[in-house]
Amino acid sequence: MANTIDQKQNFLKGIVKENPVFVMLLGMCPTLGVTSSAFNGLGMGVATLFVLLMSNTVVSLVKSQIPSKVRIPAFIIIIASFVTIVEMVLEAFIPFLYEQLGIFIPLIVVNCLILGRAEAFASKNDLKSSILDALGMGLGFVIALTVLGATREILGNGSIFDFKFVSEDANTFILFILPPGAFIALAYLAILFNKLTVKTA
Amino acid sequence: MDYIVILIAAVFVNNIVLSQFLGICPFLGVSNKISTSIGMSGAVMFVMTIATTATYLLHNYILLPAGLDYLRTITFILVIAALVQMVEIILKKVSPPLYQALGVFLPLITTNCAVLGVAILALGLENSSLLKAVFFAFSNSLGFGLALIVFASIREYLELANIPEGMKGVPINLLVAGLLSLAFLGFTGLV
Repeated sequence: MANTIDQKQNFLKGIVKENPVFVMLLGMCPTLGVTSSAFNGLGMGVATLFVLLMSNTVVSLVKSQIPSKVRIPAFIIIIASFVTIVEMVLEAFIPFLYEQLGIFIPLIVVNCLILGRAEAFASKNDLKSSILDALGMGLGFVIALTVLGATREILGNGSIFDFKFVSEDANTFILFILPPGAFIALAYLAILFNKLTVKTA
Repeated sequence: MDYIVILIAAVFVNNIVLSQFLGICPFLGVSNKISTSIGMSGAVMFVMTIATTATYLLHNYILLPAGLDYLRTITFILVIAALVQMVEIILKKVSPPLYQALGVFLPLITTNCAVLGVAILALGLENSSLLKAVFFAFSNSLGFGLALIVFASIREYLELANIPEGMKGVPINLLVAGLLSLAFLGFTGLV
């Protein structure tokens, strides 16, 4: 089956054509919930990338052992195990990020992107394609979250990755740090993304 | 008094969808008609309240005494998934009309992060008790319903509106959600 899939296309599709956030609208809760700064967006993106990569790998390896009737609960347990690992590692080594992401770390379990890829891709394809698929989709997610986080941080706080480039007392669009800003920033980024991809296609 | 504060905080001030970003998928996905959004809200109300009762008991009487707190995420998602299945089977048998109304929404609820989110948030309440946790879940499901139904009614008007080509579909919905969230921001400081 591996030779029927163009591996480069397989990897790249997650970043542009089927970008999980801008095109497929998967995993919206963490996308909107944690992107009040570029660093948080990047952290959440990487945590999700790790879980997605591991779950795609394991699901692809054990797919023939799982009876199809119980595959969804089986996938959920695989995903939940890796989420628990991420939760414990973050708590132990990066407590600052653990505090910031809060409830959205356990909620990686119900990120539809991960279950979606396990069900739609990893359960039907070989190991190598599944890993590339996870890397592509995961990177697409990381990029989207970081861009959204950076946009909100620049507009709302006048800084990027905590590096402040306006004076302390300058007026910024506080709105973009607050919840409504997440929806509004993502709306405009989606318009921009549509415009750019339609042009190149 | 405590309970009134929980109710107002959950429905208006910290609205689960519009200010905590839980349950965005069904919020954007099943909100194109008022009737479907009412069905979805009903199903969420049902499952969220029952699921939080079960997970609260599980956490305080099994996981904590056994020192298995780190298994929280895995056990909660399994309990919720099993519960949704069970609710579906029981409803089908006991109350066919209710099943007709809520049936199609039930499978979608397992991956609704609002249910797992509220189950976890309910553990962190001050002086928590079972009753308080359940009431918290119920209030949050009301907040979910309110946001979903208001959003759906706005979207029904949008069908007829003249929207610029590039903004059709997703972007305009996100913008509407943003403005709705802005309106709810006005409740900040109410309690």
